[in-house]
Amino acid sequence: MYSNLWLIPFFPLIGSIINGLFGKKIKNEAVIGGIATGLMFLSFLVAAQNFFKLLGDKEKVHELVIASWMSVGNFQLNWELLLDPLSAVMIMVVTGVGTLIHLYSIGYMHGDESFYRFFSYLNLFAFAMLMLVLGGNALVMFIGWEGVGLCSYLLIGYYYEKKSASTAANKAFIVNRVGDFGFLCGLFVLFWALAEKGVWTLNFVEIAESGHLLESGGLLITVVTLCFFLGATGKSAQIPLFTWLPDAMEGPTPVSALIHAATMVTAGVYMIGRMNGLFAMAPATMMTIAIVGGLTAFFAATIGLAQNDIKRVLAYSTVSQLGYMFLAMGVGAFSAGIFHLMTHAFFKACLFLGSGSVIHGLHHAYHHAHLHDDPQDMRNMGGIRKKMPITFITFLVSTIAISGIPFFSGFFSKDEILWWSFGSTRGHCLLWVLGAAAAGMTAFYMFRLVFMTFFGEQKTDARAKDHIPESPFTITIPLMVLGFLALIGGYIGVPKILGGANRFHAFLAPVFEHAQHANEIHAHGSHATEYTLMAISVAIAIIGIFTAWVMYVKNPELPGKFVARFAGAHRVIFNKWYIDELYDFVFVNPCKKIGTFLWRGVDVKIVDGVVNGCAWVVKGIGSGLRYTQSGYLYNYAMIMVVGVVLIVGFFVF
Amino acid sequence: MADNLLSLMTFFPLLGILILLFLPRDNGGLLKGVTLAVSLITFAISLPLAFDNVFTTSGGMHYREFYQWINIGDFFQMNYNIGVDGISLWLVMLTTFITPITILSTWDAVEKNIKGFMAMLLLLETGMLGAFISLDLFLFYIFWELMLIPMYFLIGIWGGKNRIYAAVKFFIYTAVGSLLMLVAIIFVYYFAQQSGALTNGFGIQELYKLDLPYNAQFWLFLAFGFSFAIKVPMFPLHTWLPDAHTEAPTAGSVILAAVLLKMGTYGYVRFAMPMFPDALPTFIPFLAFLSVVGIIYGSLVAMMQDDIKKLVAYSSVAHLGFVMLGVFAMNLQGLAGGMIQMINHGISTGALFLIVGFLYERRHTRLITEFGGVATKMPIFATIFMIVTFSSIGLPGTNGFVGEFLALMGAFQSGLRWYAVFATTGVILAAVYMLWVYQRVMFGKVTNPENENLKDLSAREIAIMLPLLLFIFWIGIAPNTFFSKMNPAMELMLEQMGADKVAVVEMHQPADGHAAGHTNGHADTNADHQ
Repeated sequence: MYSNLWLIPFFPLIGSIINGLFGKKIKNEAVIGGIATGLMFLSFLVAAQNFFKLLGDKEKVHELVIASWMSVGNFQLNWELLLDPLSAVMIMVVTGVGTLIHLYSIGYMHGDESFYRFFSYLNLFAFAMLMLVLGGNALVMFIGWEGVGLCSYLLIGYYYEKKSASTAANKAFIVNRVGDFGFLCGLFVLFWALAEKGVWTLNFVEIAESGHLLESGGLLITVVTLCFFLGATGKSAQIPLFTWLPDAMEGPTPVSALIHAATMVTAGVYMIGRMNGLFAMAPATMMTIAIVGGLTAFFAATIGLAQNDIKRVLAYSTVSQLGYMFLAMGVGAFSAGIFHLMTHAFFKACLFLGSGSVIHGLHHAYHHAHLHDDPQDMRNMGGIRKKMPITFITFLVSTIAISGIPFFSGFFSKDEILWWSFGSTRGHCLLWVLGAAAAGMTAFYMFRLVFMTFFGEQKTDARAKDHIPESPFTITIPLMVLGFLALIGGYIGVPKILGGANRFHAFLAPVFEHAQHANEIHAHGSHATEYTLMAISVAIAIIGIFTAWVMYVKNPELPGKFVARFAGAHRVIFNKWYIDELYDFVFVNPCKKIGTFLWRGVDVKIVDGVVNGCAWVVKGIGSGLRYTQSGYLYNYAMIMVVGVVLIVGFFVF
Repeated sequence: MADNLLSLMTFFPLLGILILLFLPRDNGGLLKGVTLAVSLITFAISLPLAFDNVFTTSGGMHYREFYQWINIGDFFQMNYNIGVDGISLWLVMLTTFITPITILSTWDAVEKNIKGFMAMLLLLETGMLGAFISLDLFLFYIFWELMLIPMYFLIGIWGGKNRIYAAVKFFIYTAVGSLLMLVAIIFVYYFAQQSGALTNGFGIQELYKLDLPYNAQFWLFLAFGFSFAIKVPMFPLHTWLPDAHTEAPTAGSVILAAVLLKMGTYGYVRFAMPMFPDALPTFIPFLAFLSVVGIIYGSLVAMMQDDIKKLVAYSSVAHLGFVMLGVFAMNLQGLAGGMIQMINHGISTGALFLIVGFLYERRHTRLITEFGGVATKMPIFATIFMIVTFSSIGLPGTNGFVGEFLALMGAFQSGLRWYAVFATTGVILAAVYMLWVYQRVMFGKVTNPENENLKDLSAREIAIMLPLLLFIFWIGIAPNTFFSKMNPAMELMLEQMGADKVAVVEMHQPADGHAAGHTNGHADTNADHQ
């Protein structure tokens, strides 16, 4: 019935292959972009068809086995897909936002030398991401998991002639690999643990069915889930593995929007959702996730306060928002986490694309004026709202949404998370404090960004400032669609307390409810508490916005004074808490030193020393013994005499 | 013809040498053409093996040939005893597959004494094939030694600047191992005769059934194991490898990496482990430890190399660590992972050496710092290099992943769990050294003016790489083509090794229909050697 599910990842794969192999010959941008975007849209249509079919279907879990992959003894693994409400939501987000970003890229990448390469990678990414979310067992998911890592690597390093770009690409892949190490270990331990109980499987449905065989809260399940969580911190840029994401902004902006905001980085959240049954059984892991998520939300927000590069602010904002999602997963608010994943995909994609539109415009203007100013530095912006009205309005809507202002999409999802972090049986009021503080900072730095970019006087170089155009329609259409979604996307999940039915929650219930019931995870508290918390968080957001307004519109000289006053703190925040330097000091440099030592010390000196030493000894003995073969008769006669004397002597005495 | 297909396949390259003898030595094109044709025909002869479904149903030896060869009564007896099973099948195929590729790769690279070079390659092929199909221990030894000689000359005559040092080092290392093995073979024979079990020369299937006392097994395993460990190479016996690889001509490196190193791992699987199953458990922790050290050590040292070829050589040490760890896991997943990883390493590392060769032919240097920005000049090369790089890193969807994953999974299920955790860090390190070298060679701007005029791959060079790329994805996506023919033989072999005697595998039956798999075939293991 859902037998056309395989088409969803298949379409972008085909697009990637076509453009990868023949793109160079096709050359025509419209054709290349059309193929890539068209196939993505087809994929979206199939996804939508399946989504709505599932919506009306009583049976909510459907598996599709395509072929056998590995078959070794008891280990039987298939290429299989899984459609349930969770993956249905994900495919809609991935193909929907993906199509829009493909469309956007046609305008954004116009004139790029290897236009075809970009679209080939972008399609390949969509394929990998869809495999990730549709994967019916952990290994098919892992294909997607590493596949998106590969595409992320390729796209971050897209401008590979730039050293910083290729370095950032390497960093992204390698840091992700650290996470993958965790993922693999988790997988191995889980497989082994279940095999001990007689279940040989990596299939998600079977894992969910047999999870109860493992001891709830036991060491094994905690280790398994912590390993998986390590994997999630890599992919989703959480403490301690978040450092690659800000650097990933080296990639073209549509990439940042699609991969590093809307889809790939949410894979960790999705993975926890996918295995919620296991995670729910490990309260210690859940607590770790909640704390890491909360702290990441908080720390990334602090860094976001001080950055001047428009994309970097958004990058830290993404890290911070992902922290929210993990906070949600950690306190057991699975559907709230996925809900935030979805709304975040709308508004953050819109924000990134909006920033891309601004960069695109500025780049155009600088190019026109033959200037080489940094088009991403917000200190060169200001007053752009008049030049780019559509970009401005969609950007503003999304900013309001991310700030958590009531009745925009971000409000519903964020508030649900904050409520659960306070009221959940797995929550704690300190977690709420972290989340609320981060929300205030988010409102501040996002409006700081808006004010610096779109308001105030134009700080762009005089020669360029009159040449900033509004972007073409391929760019503005996606902005408008995403802006619209950022505005209304929250209404599918209006909580009961505000008179809604939270249909989103109900739709996902078949996936999460079982684990929540079995492990007694629920939010409790009076309506009064819930209203109060909501009011506080809205108030905090408004304070944040107001502060930003005061500092960046009313008294633009304030930030300078502020920085001068707290120079030390500012330096720490501006330099991202020196985490990169710390990692270089603790991991990178020692590894290089050890490598050199093992090579020049152990390999060359010790091992080869022994080998050459042996050769030397043999040679020495040989050349010593050579003298016995002198060829002179009297020498041999002498030795013979000595020998005879010795032998006789031996026998006589 | 099927009656002696294996012999035909093995000795056809010798026939090629005979033809070469009668060709004029200055007509390079003709010599190369004939050699290529001979190797392609050899491949064609071997092809029916790959399609024969008998391997999917029966794990025993097929395509048997048996002739008495030397028979000095009780004193010494050896036979021409050959055959192939699911374990040697893909190694044989890898050999016949990779040889034409290496010959094609030397098209423009070798100028000095082409005739001799080609003859050495063909002789090498006979040696390698013979070693994989030998079922007589002494016959194996003859082929094993036969491989040494052409490889020694390939390095020593056609190698780089330091070729003499490298060749001698290679020879001495391997010869030391060979001597130990020879002593051990004689010792085994002596024991076999004592027990009166041996009626068939050095037939390994009879030798499997010998029930040697633990003490004898201990020393014999040590001797065989040492010899094979040099060939693998396992840490700390690996230092001949970087030198041999760096100095060898591209063709030599490719064959060395793709096939010759597999002799060591194959030797463990075919000889050392099943012949001495009682001693095996004593050694496994130690050997597994060395494998893991090899993975981490090889990766860290590879990371710091400034010569690309040396980097690839050290990465081999790491990759073969995965192979050995999988094999020592002593369960089906681990062994399957190890076996397929042998093939993978042949394909991916072979491809990497070819890639280094392409660069070397263009620039006559292999120093990483000499390059940079090559991707802008050689886009096709860049794409192929990228794919091979990720196959070497073990990206899912490529061959490398299947091997590493199964090897590690097998180790996790055995008593080698903690070893496996450390081995898994190799997954991170592989990404570090491969991506770093790729970045330094391919990315960035062209800064060295000598790289300005680099030409992209020629049609011949692309043709060399395409078959390798095909298998990178084939094994990555549909490894069952290979596993289905390996499984029965591996089950038999594990039984022979006494898998559950080692007490590292606890195979449970799947519960009521979950994960419908067939059961592992080593339930009643002890019967064979008790």
